[in-house]
Amino acid sequence: MSGTFVGMPAFPKAAHDAVNNPTLRGNLRHATQTIRGKREKAVAELSDWTALREAGKQIKDHALRHLDRYLVQLEESVTAAGGTVHWASDADEANRIVAGLVKETGESEVLKVKSMATQEIGLNEALAAEGIAAYETDLAELIVQLGEDRPSHILVPAIHRNRGEIRDIFAREMSEWGRPAPEGLADTSAELAEAARLHLREKFLRAKVGVSGANFMVAETGTLVVVESEGNGRMCLTLPETLISVVGIEKVVPSWRDLEVFLQTLPRSSTAERMNPYTSTWTGTTDEDGPKTFHLVLLDNGRTDTLADEVGRQALRCIRCSACLNVCPVYERAGGHAYGSVYPGPIGAILSPQLRGTQSEIDASLPYASSLCGACYEVCPVAIDIPEVLVHLRERVVEGGPVTREGTKVVLRPAKGHAAERTAMRAARWALGRPGVLRTGQRLASRTRRLHPRTLPGPGKAWSGTRDLPALPDEPFRDWWQRVHGGEGDEK
Amino acid sequence: MRVALFLTCVNDTLYPGTGRAVVKILTGLGVEVDFPMAQTCCGQAHYNTGYRHQAEPLARHFSEVFTGYEAIVTPSGSCGAMVRELYPRMGERARAEGRGNTLAAALEPVVPKTYEFTEFLVDVLGVTDVGAYYPHTVTYHPTCHGMRSLGLGDRPLRLLRAVKGMELVELPGADECCGFGGTFALKNSDVSAAMGADKVRNAEATGAEVLCAADNSCLMHIGGTMTRLRTGIRPVHIAEILASTEEEPAV
Ligand code: SF4
Repeated sequence: MSGTFVGMPAFPKAAHDAVNNPTLRGNLRHATQTIRGKREKAVAELSDWTALREAGKQIKDHALRHLDRYLVQLEESVTAAGGTVHWASDADEANRIVAGLVKETGESEVLKVKSMATQEIGLNEALAAEGIAAYETDLAELIVQLGEDRPSHILVPAIHRNRGEIRDIFAREMSEWGRPAPEGLADTSAELAEAARLHLREKFLRAKVGVSGANFMVAETGTLVVVESEGNGRMCLTLPETLISVVGIEKVVPSWRDLEVFLQTLPRSSTAERMNPYTSTWTGTTDEDGPKTFHLVLLDNGRTDTLADEVGRQALRCIRCSACLNVCPVYERAGGHAYGSVYPGPIGAILSPQLRGTQSEIDASLPYASSLCGACYEVCPVAIDIPEVLVHLRERVVEGGPVTREGTKVVLRPAKGHAAERTAMRAARWALGRPGVLRTGQRLASRTRRLHPRTLPGPGKAWSGTRDLPALPDEPFRDWWQRVHGGEGDEK
Repeated sequence: MRVALFLTCVNDTLYPGTGRAVVKILTGLGVEVDFPMAQTCCGQAHYNTGYRHQAEPLARHFSEVFTGYEAIVTPSGSCGAMVRELYPRMGERARAEGRGNTLAAALEPVVPKTYEFTEFLVDVLGVTDVGAYYPHTVTYHPTCHGMRSLGLGDRPLRLLRAVKGMELVELPGADECCGFGGTFALKNSDVSAAMGADKVRNAEATGAEVLCAADNSCLMHIGGTMTRLRTGIRPVHIAEILASTEEEPAV
C-alpha cells in the first residue's frame, strides 16, 4: 500500500487523540447517525433486500472463485473494444505504469475521479514525484487534498470536517491550485459548492488526461462502471483525450446483468439513495465521443494473497459502500485516521492487515479495533462476516500460522508483544479446565474481598481507570448451590 | 423437565444472585434444575482474543459436562452465542484442518440444546408472565450477542412488560454496543470507555432507576461506568427482576 501511512502508531494510541477531540467526535457522530437512519429507511423500502444481499454475495463469490478466467475474459473484451490492459502486481508497479502513460501524452497534469485504488497505492504522491500534478475533482476529496489532510471515510473522505473548517481551507488554499475562492466566502453549503464548481470547471476544460478507478468491471463486455453523486466524475471520464483507469482485480463481475443487483444495493447502503445520481459506463474507445485512448491498469497489491485465505477472502467481496463504517461504534469514536489506511472502519480492520500483512504495529492492532458487536455484518450488502474475519486475524496475530505472501506460502510467527497475554491465556485455560482450581480461586477471592482494590494495577489499569470493578460476593454461586442442594463435592 | 444451568464463570464468581434468581424462576415453573459442579467456562474470551486452540479443550469440557440434559440454560447472551454459533464453527475448522470429526461430534449433542434464559422461558416453556412484581422504572439494553447472534428479538421485552408494578421506558440508541467486548475493554480502553459513557448518558436521560440486560458482562462494564460517573441509575440482570415478587421483592 501507499507509503502515506507508514509509521502509524497502533490503533489504541491513534484512537486516543480522536476520542479526546470533541469537535471531531461531534462531526463524526452527527454525520454517521444521520446517514445511519436514512440507510435503514432506504433498505426497508425493498421487500427483497435479503435476496438481493444473498445474490450480491453469490455473484462476488463466484467471480472470485473464477477470477483467473474472468480477468482474462475482461482483458480480451477491453482489448477488442480498443483499450489497452496493463497488469500491476503491486503499488510501485501500478504507479510506474500510470506515470509512464501520462508522460507519453506529454502532459504534466491529470484530473482525477475519486478512487480508493489510486489512494491505496499513493498515486498522487508518486505522480508528484515525477513532476505530474494530480487534481482531485470529488468535492470531499478536493477538501482533503486542499487541506493537505488524509481521507477519513470511504464515501465522505472529509466527514471529519465541518462547514466552517471547509470554508477556511477553501479561502486559504484554492489560489495555490488554480482559481481562488470568491472574496468573503460564507460557510453555507450553496456557497461552498459554488466555489468548488468554479474552481473545478477551469480544470475540466483544460485537462487532457483523466485518471479514474471503477466500482465494477464487466468481463463479458469489457465495460467499466463508476457510480457517483456529483457528476464531476463523469466530466473526468468524458472530457479528456486519454483515460487511465486503475482498478483492483476483485472488481470484476461476469456479466452486465449482474449489475442489476449492485446498482440497487450499493446506493441504498452508502448514501441511502434509491439510485445514485450518476452511473457512468465506458467500454474501450469510440471515434465520435469521449477519450481517444483508454488504458486499464489491473491492480493486485495483495489481493491474490488475500484470495488464498479461506476465511479472510470474503473481504474481497466488499463493494465499498461504507455502511459498515456508519454503524460502527468504534469508528464513530476513533475516526477514520486511526486505522492508518485509506480503508477505515470495520472493512479497513480486516482488509488492511490482509493486503499489507500483519507485521507492522498498526496492522497487528487493527483486528482488535472492534468490540465484535456485529453491527457491521448486519448491514453489509454482500454479507461479509466481518467479526468472523477479525477473530481469524487475531489468531494470526497471536499464534502465527500459514499465510500466502506475494504468491508464496509462508508460516508466520506470532507478533511480538503478546507473550504475557499468551501466558495468561494458557494459565486461565489451565485453571478453567479444572473446576477444583477455579473453585479454590473463587473462595480465596471471596475470603480476601475486603482487601481488594477497586482499581487494578498493570494491564488492568486500562479498565479501572474509567470504570469501577464490581464488589466480590460473599460466596460464589457453586458454594451456595452445594450448601442448599448438597450434591457432589469438589471436582478433580 | 430436567435442565442444566450453565451459569458461566463470570456469573458464578461475581454475580451469584443471578444464578439464584434463575433457579428460583425455573423451579417455580416446575422445571427440575441441576447445576453440574464440573462446569467452568465456555472459552469465549480465549476464542475472541485469537486463542482458538486454547478454547477447544474448554469446549470439549463443556460437552462432557452438559451432554445428557434435555436442555442447557444460561443467563448470558454472549456465552449462549458462543456455544450455539461458534462451537459449530470450531468443529468445522478442526475438520478443515484435517483433525477429523471428533470435536464436531463431541459438540453436536450440546449445541442445539443450549438456550439463553429468556429464550428458554418464551420459546421452550411458552411463558411470558412469570408472576413477577418490581415497583421500579426500568430501561432495557439489548446486548449485541443476544440481539444479533442469538436473535432474541423482543422476548426479553415481552417478559418485562408482564412484570407488575414496573414502568418500562425506552432506551435511546438501545441497539448500540456498550463497549465491553471482552478483552476489547482492555485493549482499546479509550474507545471502550467512550462507548460506555454514551450508553450510560442515554440510560440516564430516560429517568429510569434501573438499567436491565440479559448479560452480566455488559452490565459489569455499564455498571462500572455508572458508579464512576456518579449516576443514580443501577444495573440489574433481567433474571433478578423476573425473580422479584411481592412476597420477596428484589431491590
Ligand atoms: S464491508 Fe460491506 S458494508 Fe463495509 S464497505 Fe464493504 S460492502 Fe459496504
